[in-house]
Amino acid sequence: MKPKIELRDVHKSFGAKHVLRGVNLSVQKSESMVIIGGSGTGKSITIKSILGLVRPDKGEVWVDDIRADKARGKQRDALLNKFGMLFQGGALFDSLKVWENVAFRMRRRMSANDARDMAIEKLRRVGLGPDNADLFPAELSGGMQKRVGLARAIADDPEIIFFDEPTTGLDPIMSDVINDLIREVVVEMGATALTITHDMTSVRKIADKVAMLHNGVIQWTGPVGDLDTCGDPYIDQFIHGRAEGPIEALR
Amino acid sequence: MLSLCRATGALVLFAAQAILHIFTPPYYGREILRQMLRIGYFSLPVVGLTALFTGAVLALQIYIGGSRFNAEGVVASIVAIGIVRELGPVLGGLMVAGRVSASIAAELGTMRVTEQIDALTTLSTNPFKYLVAPRILAGVLTMPILVAVADTIGIMGGFLVGVNRLNFNASTYIANTVDFLQAGDIISGLIKAAVFGFIITLLGCYHGYNSGRGAQGVGTATTNAVVSASVLILAANYILTEMFFSA
Ligand SMILES: Nc1ncnc2c1ncn2[C@@H]1O[C@H](COP(=O)(O)OP(=O)(O)O)[C@@H](O)[C@H]1O
Ligand SMILES: [Mg+2]
Repeated sequence: MKPKIELRDVHKSFGAKHVLRGVNLSVQKSESMVIIGGSGTGKSITIKSILGLVRPDKGEVWVDDIRADKARGKQRDALLNKFGMLFQGGALFDSLKVWENVAFRMRRRMSANDARDMAIEKLRRVGLGPDNADLFPAELSGGMQKRVGLARAIADDPEIIFFDEPTTGLDPIMSDVINDLIREVVVEMGATALTITHDMTSVRKIADKVAMLHNGVIQWTGPVGDLDTCGDPYIDQFIHGRAEGPIEALR
Repeated sequence: MLSLCRATGALVLFAAQAILHIFTPPYYGREILRQMLRIGYFSLPVVGLTALFTGAVLALQIYIGGSRFNAEGVVASIVAIGIVRELGPVLGGLMVAGRVSASIAAELGTMRVTEQIDALTTLSTNPFKYLVAPRILAGVLTMPILVAVADTIGIMGGFLVGVNRLNFNASTYIANTVDFLQAGDIISGLIKAAVFGFIITLLGCYHGYNSGRGAQGVGTATTNAVVSASVLILAANYILTEMFFSA
């Protein structure tokens, strides 16, 4: 079956720093793929190169039948309309109210009242009451901001959703709530999901498939059920969180 | 030297892109109004005070200089011409550069660092249209209004000193101001103001949009915005004055 998203030999450097060194990855439609890997290995850059926020130096990015890294103008607009993204830090617009954040994409084609009602419905979906709608993002706790970011990402029922470290910085209970929400929206909406995390609990909860990024390439990829039995030394070191192994820990 | 050329090229490209987006839809009317309020209304106190004291000092200095060849009568007209042609737009521009370039650079820089600019793109909104174009348009539209108000206050500053301190006759002072001021003086000053408004907002947006990573990146962007906007204002002022002089 033709993948929904496919990266072929994607390279990206910043100055002398060669971050991505030939990433190959494919995600099938309605599949939940999770990328794991240490901090600074280029997980966010990988996602950003799919969205065109970062231009790869070499390689191809395909979304459906479109070269995403080459798309311009109308084609790129159409492409971006398929995506929802939850950023690592939330990236909420701090000059706008919570509901205006959630309804941001819809605001241009709806009246203010409709957009607000829709936003409140999406907020409810992520477990936030309507009393939060008129607050500003700075007035919310970190976990609530993540949820607003989640509501914004799913607001327009995207075909593809990216989650960049959705549970980092949250307490275990809030993490579990977010994981459940992610699983729920993916299953309910039938969306294709790509999640970045280094939280193994999240991985087991969210993932259909797992890919491990290390040294600028995907070291291993396979179904989540194979994680414990695959015998890959990188995976083994990562899921057990050991300092010794093929992944060099910087100290 | 090479890096200066590259920076200039990047700035020119940025400006061209911004201008293109100012003239093509969609337009964000609410954003433009918000920015006009921020640039114009909230700069009024500082620009007004600057103009007031400048007009007052100018009246004193010209009186001292003028009295050496017994020409106190010229105080009113020189204050008016000096303020309207030169000091109103330039000092107003520099004060607004300190205030507005810095705050735009800090705002856009923070948005860059916290991925809000990336978020705009993924929400199908062009950051040039939504962030840069409204700010630059607001700068170009608002600065002339701001400077017109500053000119009035500056002339009033001169008037207050002239009448109260130097014991000029009030109606003669006003008559001298009005008689000597020509439309060209006012228009050239307001054109300068519009150009300075463009420079101030452009440099704020450029440095903020291209801000480096982390809090340090935003700090550097803010400083660079103010410094480069101020220098460019003074350089543009010379070029514009040369052009008006020849015209
Ligand atoms: N805009 C940039 N300029 C320079 N270096 C960058 C930039 N963005 C990311 N990097 C570098 O690329 C590497 C990978 O970044 P990232 O994808 O954010 O890592 P992570 O896997 O933690 O998400 C990091 O070492 C980072 O320092
Ligand atoms: Mg990251």
